[in-house]
Amino acid sequence: MLDVTNLGAWYGRAQILNGVSLSVGENEVVALMGRNGAGKSTTMKSIMGLVRHIDGTIRYAENEIRGNTPHAICRLGMGYVPEDRRIFGDLTIEENLEVGRREARPDAPEWTQKHLFELFPNLAERRKNLGKQLSGGEQQMLTIARTLMGNPKLVLLDEPSEGIAPVIVEQMARVIAELKREGLSVLISEQNLHFARIVSDRAYIIEKGEMRFEGSFADLDGNPEISNTYLAV
Amino acid sequence: MGFYFAQLLTGLANASSLFLIASGLSIIFGVTRIVNFAHGSFYMVGAYIAYTLVSLWSGSIFGFWVSVLLAAMVVGMIGLVIELTILRRIYHAPELFQLVATFGVVLIFQDATLAIWGAEDLLGPRAPGLNSAVRIMGEPIPEYDLALIAIGPVVLLAIWLLFHKTRWGVLVRAATQDREMVGALGVNQAWLFSAAFVLGSFLAGLGGALQIPREAVSLQMDLSIIGEAFVVVVIGGMGSVSGAFVAAVLISVLNAFAILIFPQISIVLPFVIMAIVLIFRPHGLFGKPGSEKGAPEEPDQPLALMDQKSAMVLMAALLVLAISPVFTADFTTVLMVDVMVATLFAVSLHFMMGVGGMVSFGHAAYFGVGAYGAAMAVKFLGFGMIPAMIFGPVCAVLAALFFGWFCVRLSGVYLAMLTLAAAQILWGVTFQWQEFTGGDDGILGVWPAKWASADKVYFYIAFVFCIGGIWALRRAAFSPFGYILRGIRDSQTRAEAIGIDTRFHQWMGFVLAGGFAGLAGVVFAFSKGSVFPDTLGIALSIDGLIMVLLGGIHALAGPILGAGAFVLIEDWVTRLDYWRFIFGAIILIVVLLAPDGIAGGIQRLLRGLKGGRA
Repeated sequence: MLDVTNLGAWYGRAQILNGVSLSVGENEVVALMGRNGAGKSTTMKSIMGLVRHIDGTIRYAENEIRGNTPHAICRLGMGYVPEDRRIFGDLTIEENLEVGRREARPDAPEWTQKHLFELFPNLAERRKNLGKQLSGGEQQMLTIARTLMGNPKLVLLDEPSEGIAPVIVEQMARVIAELKREGLSVLISEQNLHFARIVSDRAYIIEKGEMRFEGSFADLDGNPEISNTYLAV
Repeated sequence: MGFYFAQLLTGLANASSLFLIASGLSIIFGVTRIVNFAHGSFYMVGAYIAYTLVSLWSGSIFGFWVSVLLAAMVVGMIGLVIELTILRRIYHAPELFQLVATFGVVLIFQDATLAIWGAEDLLGPRAPGLNSAVRIMGEPIPEYDLALIAIGPVVLLAIWLLFHKTRWGVLVRAATQDREMVGALGVNQAWLFSAAFVLGSFLAGLGGALQIPREAVSLQMDLSIIGEAFVVVVIGGMGSVSGAFVAAVLISVLNAFAILIFPQISIVLPFVIMAIVLIFRPHGLFGKPGSEKGAPEEPDQPLALMDQKSAMVLMAALLVLAISPVFTADFTTVLMVDVMVATLFAVSLHFMMGVGGMVSFGHAAYFGVGAYGAAMAVKFLGFGMIPAMIFGPVCAVLAALFFGWFCVRLSGVYLAMLTLAAAQILWGVTFQWQEFTGGDDGILGVWPAKWASADKVYFYIAFVFCIGGIWALRRAAFSPFGYILRGIRDSQTRAEAIGIDTRFHQWMGFVLAGGFAGLAGVVFAFSKGSVFPDTLGIALSIDGLIMVLLGGIHALAGPILGAGAFVLIEDWVTRLDYWRFIFGAIILIVVLLAPDGIAGGIQRLLRGLKGGRA
């Protein structure tokens, strides 16, 4: 349902991505792996229309979406969860969710505040609290919940396990499994091979803005030099 | 006691209208990050429209209030048109562009208002039903003031409800914190921005319309209120409506009492309060860190050293300029001095903004201090021309040392506002300290020495000072000091992390730019033979910004082209009727069609030609 071909991206004169291609199928969870600065987040942002200078083609649900504004892309059923969370700190949890709320889509599951509070019980307890009063893990949950309020069909999940406690990482893995059970597709960017293996069906590895590997985790295990070269710290 | 209470009530009544205009400005800035200079124009137009409507109804209570609301709504619609046709195209442009574009709107509104309502001040009718005074503690208080005192909090409450109880309001508050994320969540920012702009314009129009029973409607309403409105927004915190309310009350009430002690203070008091607040709370009373940032910008391109071909073109142009007095008429020689003065001023402002990364809304302050320093040295100290020409820039350097020390402690829009405050304080002092500065009458008789009094001779003096100053600033931009300044501009934290004292370097950059602006002021003073307070005024500061923008901020040659174009266009346009309208239109055309200015336009043209050949 998402096909990215030959994506290039620039910040000013610096080229960040060079000929990146990837695809995500119906109800598939795909991991985009790579080290810090490899180009994972820029790939996500480019797909979402948040990088101004890009080329290549980005096809989503039979539409060419490159050059569309982020809100138009969102309205086609793509949800974006930024790596730095970008919670509205002066809004309550409920208000944060309200910002994300959109009409239900015929082709995607509908999420309500009630349903999301069941999925994220911590948020339910603190629904009147301001975003900036939450812990890092709670903010991570809120940013996912906020995106789900838009009833997306495909979710771009940028580094969900970064900088949160191990117990929350486990909860995150359960949430991703739940998204897959609900029929969503997920493109998840991740540095942690272990976490990626648990939650996703297959993987891409990106390094210095170029795609270096594409395949299953079994392929990756068969060629340990790949993960040693591109992922080991 | 009763007298003081009455004074308090007057202050509160003033606070209400100030709050209305400032809250609109704050909402617009919070959501769109545009510093809207045209907000004062909305206020003025609101007053004019209300005047016309109220006159139609003549004396009915219902008619008065309907007229006021109707006027505000019309202004809201005018705001919508401006947002759709102009601002929507420049949300991604650097804040300087937006500022200058809205100033273009100010000029257009001034002449449009003049054409429709004429130059005479219009005295509005009293508000029907509220046209008498009540006695409170023995003092007469106009009933209308009491109504205004009530209207402020009512509007504040209405905005609060709108922002907290409606989906639209929640979206606006979210956008004030992170517009891009709101867009990524599927909200069409364009319409959110339009709606916020309409609301802001409506509030400005309402503020203006409510003023008609209290003061005459005049063409000066726009720029006289905008400075104070900015101050209120900055003190309250950019984007904070309740902050704007507190700040409006603070300023108006303090002002009401301060004028009892020292009547002249009202012009500078708001700016002094702002300076004090910003020193202790760099984001205003209710502002948040990050709220000072304007529109997100593309990273700056490195400044390129001039290649040989451009250097030759420049040398040739200089040569032509140097020998121009031989073959041109005297008035052209005088005009060329104006061009050189403007160019040095623009280059010094560009040094501060383009190289130093500090946007200044009050650069004219140092131009004016230089000019006044020289003029007063001649008048009171009996200095000759050359010593006075050295003394002037020294005064400008001292002023820049003083104000710059405060300014570099802030960043972004707050820094720009403090530079504006500094300029307004200096302007206010100059304007009111009649015995020392001559006040509005200025200082006359600042003529060059006898040997330099011929236009052609003075041309060469100006040539040496101005071209020398421009050359020195260029050298500074490419010196290690210039590299450090650009490093700080691009990333303050990284510069700090490698051991650079960022504040000190910015301070010195501020002082250098101020000193050379002072030099331009000195050359200006002797070429005109007189100085007036408007050499320190907002208008001249904005002229400087327009020059830098016309030329293009990302090129060192930009201010040179921009200043040249500005003086020549101004010289031609000001001879026409409705020149403000034409000038405003020119500004808007440049901003909309050539957002990288003349220098960028030429570069693009050259690139296009080369591309065509390849």
